[in-house]
Amino acid sequence: MSITISHITKSYGAVKALDDISFDVSKGELFGLIGPDGAGKTTLIRILTTLLVPDAGEARMLDLDPVKEFRKLRPHIGYMPGRFSLYQDLTVLENLNFFATIFGTTIEENYDLIKDIYSQIEPFKHRKAGQLSGGMKQKLALSCAMVHEPDVLILDEPTTGVDAVSRKEFWEMLARLKERGITILVSTPYMDEASLCDRVALIQDGHILQVDTPASIVASYNRQLLGIKARNTLRLIEDLRAYPLTHSAFPFGESVHLALAGDLTDGELPEYLHQKGHEELEIEPIAPNIEDCFMELMTKKQSDK
Amino acid sequence: MNQAIWAESLTKKFGSFTAVDAISFEVGQGEIFGFLGANGAGKTTAMRMLSGLSFPTSGKARVAGFDVYKQPDQIKRHIGYMSQKFSLYEDLTVQENIRFFGGIYGLSLKEIRTKTAQLLEELDLEWIAKTQVRSLPLGWKQKLAFSVSQVHTPSIVFLDEPTGGVDPITRRQFWEMIYRAADRGVTVFVTTHYMDEAEYCDRISIMVDGQIAAMGTPEELKRDNNVPSINELFVQLARHTSSK
Repeated sequence: MSITISHITKSYGAVKALDDISFDVSKGELFGLIGPDGAGKTTLIRILTTLLVPDAGEARMLDLDPVKEFRKLRPHIGYMPGRFSLYQDLTVLENLNFFATIFGTTIEENYDLIKDIYSQIEPFKHRKAGQLSGGMKQKLALSCAMVHEPDVLILDEPTTGVDAVSRKEFWEMLARLKERGITILVSTPYMDEASLCDRVALIQDGHILQVDTPASIVASYNRQLLGIKARNTLRLIEDLRAYPLTHSAFPFGESVHLALAGDLTDGELPEYLHQKGHEELEIEPIAPNIEDCFMELMTKKQSDK
Repeated sequence: MNQAIWAESLTKKFGSFTAVDAISFEVGQGEIFGFLGANGAGKTTAMRMLSGLSFPTSGKARVAGFDVYKQPDQIKRHIGYMSQKFSLYEDLTVQENIRFFGGIYGLSLKEIRTKTAQLLEELDLEWIAKTQVRSLPLGWKQKLAFSVSQVHTPSIVFLDEPTGGVDPITRRQFWEMIYRAADRGVTVFVTTHYMDEAEYCDRISIMVDGQIAAMGTPEELKRDNNVPSINELFVQLARHTSSK
């Protein structure tokens, strides 16, 4: 096991940021910590990277205790914080040299490891980090987190605020790092990125909602789900919510996803919607995605309270 | 269709760099217009010109009937604006924020009182009217910020990545607020990195390297480019430039 988290709790004053969190990450796994802002992702990551001490519970990183053995542990972790953390007034090369030096290594020694990512920004190595585009900053930060050849890579929301193309490229880089046997824990608020991970933990309000492979999470969704389109989406949502068999109705891209609370008789729903005057109606059974599952688990959790 | 926004060959240069390169488009009153583009494609620069914060280098534009060169102050008074980064004062209470922005936009005390009561009721926030905004969950903040951006009943609202990092349920509730605003006739000009949200817009444009590379309804764009989703189209159009 590369990472073991047992019953970790952390509060800031009256706010419980993490409430009894437990899960493991295996060696060589690409593990996603998925949840919205304020879920507790950064707090957990800061505990694992030895920067914060939990109130209760314990973590093991590479069989070391991040609280008591932080000095021994730090050289083995690569950490890319959520906010751009590099020195804006140093050049690309100076930043990379700096991180190599404080970890007692050189760029040359581990060039092979970072080549894939670093070569893309190497033509700009004399440019100041503050003047790089978003996608380039991200590549530099990942190079700096990798330059000392860590065993575990921890990335806090590397793709937040980044456009769809750069996000895709970033995940392709992570997949290649994983092939080299590096354990990766990555947090993200984008639910669609779950499918790119081996396993994920869905996290909300300091609680873990579910830990599993993306496929198993989707398979464990146990409601009948329909994708519905009509000309007027706002009225469609309102009418679906008023329908007695509706559990939830939310817009999902081009259709509305209707999760049912019971069994539907054939033709019953189309008739209801026609009566309500909906035009260009399309109704089809669909498979849930991670976001459907997350929303279902969120609602369950809230009604449990 | 009445034009809420009209731009012709709108251009902005910074030295030798052309951030916005002769873009032309129209947005109708009550339309939800999605303004997409990769990081650095020129979206923010274009939005700043349209909201009267920055003069174009060349080209023409009218927003809410006002000229971007001659009447930027009129534009500012007649539009609403919210962004993910800054919209509300964290150390003011919910009520104080509404009063502050009402005051900025020149509402009378009586109007502010009426508006405050109305907003708090709509958002179901009466019970925390005297709570500092900093302690609200992000999703509530964003919904409040959206309402506050319309405290002066503008005919157009500019939303810059309003749903970044918001949980999936609140993100959808936010879009329902957008639909309702458009239903009341408000024009919504919105940027986002969530490609599923692009599908909620009446029309979208995709900016690449300062130019509009594609524009139309989501259905038209998917059909004409033979792609299953807007995400696919976005990646195709923006891919070649992102590695710069």
